[in-house]
Amino acid sequence: MRFRYLAAIVLALVSAAFALDGQIGIHDPSTIIQCDGKYYAFGTGGGGLISNDGWTWNRGASRPGGGVAPDVIHIGDRYYLYYATSSRQPQADVHMIWNKTLDPNSSNFKWEEGGIVASSDGVEDCNAIDPAVFLDPITGKLWLTYGSYFGYIRLVQLDPKTGKRVIPIDKPVDIAINCEASDMIYHDGWYYLLATHGSCCRGTDSGYNIRVGRSRRVTGPFLDNMGIDMIKGGGKLFVGSGGRVVGPGHFGLLDLGDGVQKFSCHYEADLDRGGASVLDIRPLLWKDGWPMAGENVREGTYEIESVRTGTALELAVQGVPVGGSRGGGAAGGRGSMPIGPGGGAVGGGAPGGRGGMFSGVGGVIPPQDVAQVSQNWPLVNIDLRLSNYMVQAQQKWTIAPVANAGGYPGSPYFKITIAGTDRALAATDDAELVAVPAFTGAPEQLWRIEQLSDGTWRIMPKAVPNSKESLALSAVGSSFATLAKFDPKSDRQRWNVKMP
Amino acid sequence: MRTIHRHLLSALGCLAGVAFMAASQLGSGGDSVNSARGPAPNLTRPASAEKAPDADGFIQRWLVLEPIPIQIRSNAQLNDGFVQTTIKTEYFPGQYTAIPHDGDRVTVNGNELMWHAIDTSVYHVNLYHFACALNKPTFNILFWAVTVINCSEEMQGVRLAVGSNAASIWWINGKEVIGIYGDRHMVIDDGVSKRLSLKKGTNIVRCAVINSPGVSDMCARFLDTEDKPVKRFTVKLGDVPR
Repeated sequence: MRFRYLAAIVLALVSAAFALDGQIGIHDPSTIIQCDGKYYAFGTGGGGLISNDGWTWNRGASRPGGGVAPDVIHIGDRYYLYYATSSRQPQADVHMIWNKTLDPNSSNFKWEEGGIVASSDGVEDCNAIDPAVFLDPITGKLWLTYGSYFGYIRLVQLDPKTGKRVIPIDKPVDIAINCEASDMIYHDGWYYLLATHGSCCRGTDSGYNIRVGRSRRVTGPFLDNMGIDMIKGGGKLFVGSGGRVVGPGHFGLLDLGDGVQKFSCHYEADLDRGGASVLDIRPLLWKDGWPMAGENVREGTYEIESVRTGTALELAVQGVPVGGSRGGGAAGGRGSMPIGPGGGAVGGGAPGGRGGMFSGVGGVIPPQDVAQVSQNWPLVNIDLRLSNYMVQAQQKWTIAPVANAGGYPGSPYFKITIAGTDRALAATDDAELVAVPAFTGAPEQLWRIEQLSDGTWRIMPKAVPNSKESLALSAVGSSFATLAKFDPKSDRQRWNVKMP
Repeated sequence: MRTIHRHLLSALGCLAGVAFMAASQLGSGGDSVNSARGPAPNLTRPASAEKAPDADGFIQRWLVLEPIPIQIRSNAQLNDGFVQTTIKTEYFPGQYTAIPHDGDRVTVNGNELMWHAIDTSVYHVNLYHFACALNKPTFNILFWAVTVINCSEEMQGVRLAVGSNAASIWWINGKEVIGIYGDRHMVIDDGVSKRLSLKKGTNIVRCAVINSPGVSDMCARFLDTEDKPVKRFTVKLGDVPR
């Protein structure tokens, strides 16, 4: 079961994950949306962030209206954006504006007013803020959820052709209570309502966390995994504080296709940024029908194991058993009889006793010294292959971020080198793999390492020389690896990135 | 809720235009404050002698005291120590032991406050609406609530399961059984007590809920040894004599 490896990946989190790069300060971010190859996120107060690659962000997104917690969707040739204003909460209004583009430098950039689509009158059990818009992929209907801690999260139907209410006086449906920043997604026959619980706006003292319930119907009821209705405060934890970040809130889905899904959120406080509220993008995993927050890959040394073959990526060099060779002898490989002090084979004995093929060599066998075992490795490019993992030096890979080389949603590009050396994994111009003697930073030596929805990983070079194809590390046969087009249905391009 | 909302609510106090309906069939029938605005959503005066819990075991009949103003800057203060100290200040004589009746009055810091018998039609008691209906403060307040449950048999090994916005402390028959602290929102079964016993006959459930700005709210039920709701009781507020 792939998810047993998730624990191993979690255990491998020996160093900090990377926050996004650039100007990432934002509060209550919208769903991240793409427009003409760029990523946009809008936030409370107006404006927002733009990124070319989803890793490095800059201020520059523009919208009118101010207000709080916008959300945005692209339908047809329009981008509909919803945000809330209030002069006297819990009286509030959700406004809609639309545009043909989100690029403020485009000649087509012009926000059009769409009017108020939902309200709370200050008396009813709702505070009409934190709108989120959802296009049902099954029915094509458009829905708006909204609400905050005063009363209920509510659902109303919108017209996908106009972004406005289908029936303006239609009674909203109450779907959750005592939460805010709701968002709805669809997956495999279920509608999921994600909402933020806990206290907001207190920096490092914020208890913000994101919870989820699901329903077979878009109108609910939304129950958590223990059957508690979100109308009664139910909700399975999706993500909470951890590491160097406090108070995740405002879930947004970023679907990159090919089964790769991510989510965006903000943290109330990024401890490495003075407690500022910042944007983040992380993998979205699915387990037993429930979404889970994944982690972006972290710097460290790992085994890279093929899910398909169960064998590990390694340099195609003569391996040396850890602790030294055992004597030659019976069929079975590298000798089955230990070599005694005098150099002769030692006869069999009881396990744990002195001598004998099962008794070990006494004491702790240290990790291989790569400087020593690599003395016999050729000084030129070395091929790659897959082999049984035996904790040997040529099978351990260090994954490290590369500064100023760009990235992809959630992460920078990484170099993958044999631990303790500069030998770097690279793509060749015939879409094969090689380990070059030293990392130079060339695009074919930069790697995109993304967690897939089942917790395994996809590993792709930034570029393949002389090719425009987007390829991924792939097992071929049982013992070799290559680069191939990513097939979300196949195990061949799935990898476990494990503690070594 | 975010800071901007919190500040606005603090400044505005009660916005909801609600009031209790005047009808009462219990006890001496304390006066309710009528306003020109409509009734509190989901809250009514009891119209029957006794009331069973709802289908999920939630207690739906309570005596609630009009809110006591307290000194608090924000819900960030609601740690264990602050809540314990604030709630356990003596505001009126017998606040842990007296069984109030509908219409009874107490004096707190020179202000007369009244106990109101209320039924909720949902699983929780929205104290914000309760206060609004009476034109009372809705933030920086402490609510006391009491109910009298009548069990047909002794029940051992049950637990009191509560939720509140924000912090609260609960007593069963005079013994403190659970406190939940911090700036929390009400969810069902948020705090669950250790196992306790309910006597055959009358048992007193008492709570104090404390909040800064926001929607004060509470809910309570009992869970049996299999974590299923206990429903073998009724609430009869008139049962205990003055």
